[in-house]
Amino acid sequence: MLTFLALTSVALLGIVPEQSQAIAIYTGWERHALVGSDIRLSCSFFSWRWTSEDVTFSWTYRPDGSRDSISIFHYTGGAAYVDNKGPFRDRLEFVGNPGRRDGSILLKNLELNDNGTFTCDAKNPPDIVGRPSSVRLLVFEKVPIQAGVITGAIIGVVLGLLVLIVVIYYLMRFLVARRVFSLSVSKHGKKKKEGSQQRQGPVPPADPSKIKV
Amino acid sequence: MRLILLGVLILHVIILILLIVSTAASAWSVADNSAKDLWYKCSTNNGGYRCQPSSNEDWIQAVQALMILSVLFCFFSLIAFLYQLFRLVKGGRFFFTAIFQILASVFVMCGAIIYTVMRPDDGTHTNFGYAYVLAWVAFPLCLISGLIYIVLRKKE
Repeated sequence: MLTFLALTSVALLGIVPEQSQAIAIYTGWERHALVGSDIRLSCSFFSWRWTSEDVTFSWTYRPDGSRDSISIFHYTGGAAYVDNKGPFRDRLEFVGNPGRRDGSILLKNLELNDNGTFTCDAKNPPDIVGRPSSVRLLVFEKVPIQAGVITGAIIGVVLGLLVLIVVIYYLMRFLVARRVFSLSVSKHGKKKKEGSQQRQGPVPPADPSKIKV
Repeated sequence: MRLILLGVLILHVIILILLIVSTAASAWSVADNSAKDLWYKCSTNNGGYRCQPSSNEDWIQAVQALMILSVLFCFFSLIAFLYQLFRLVKGGRFFFTAIFQILASVFVMCGAIIYTVMRPDDGTHTNFGYAYVLAWVAFPLCLISGLIYIVLRKKE
């Protein structure tokens, strides 16, 4: 009896840790925005369980060059608590849908001081073991042109025009040839009816400049 | 006739090589120990040789695009020349080759002009590098080669 109990408890201890599995949190990697604009930082998670009612989302912010992070948002028990004392007071809004595992926040009226790392941590009890995910926010005064965009655009347009011109050229030649061909067929038919002895063939182009490639 | 064709072909290949070197080498501006544009900014400090990507301004991207287009068009004209050499009717002119070659020369000219005008005057990097000189050398050669193709006629 005792050994049976011991074996069962060992087996249960072996099974129980598997009941709380890891949760995977997804945010973006890096976000770029202009000064004065709004940006939506998205956060969602993957968990094997149904979304529980005790699901929590929390966002923390660490400015560039600082080592401390402060908490700016927390959602728990069905209510969202936004920052009302920190750098984002009156600029933060919760736009997520916890029922759909979306814990996104909206930052309004960005300033240059808002550069930093935003970390989202989500918990779906009993799945609480997970690594918080971070997204870096870069605020620009003027959005820099990415390398190669203009280069690619110019090359693409010129090559596209080249292909278009070649296609149009061959199309025109083809259409003209067709009209010439149909004309010679009708002439050929008429002449045959009249019983002419002249040899009719396709119109030979006498001008060498007409023959291209 | 064969000698002329060979000479024209060699000139074309030389122009293509000049254009490729000018486009690929990042040495349009040089300073004491560094060279930059079109693709990288490389400098030799006492610590070693370091390179970083050059600035993404719109005019540099335009020069990059024009140089790449000139290399492509010169290459297309070489292919067109070889093709027309064997397929052109007697007495015909190498029009396609000439058009592509002249377009390539126009692109090199535009790229070199844009670079000359828009280069920032900040004290360092005041000298023009060898890649810039090669671009200006390739432009008249390319134009002359294009004009030769207009004048050239296929005989016998």
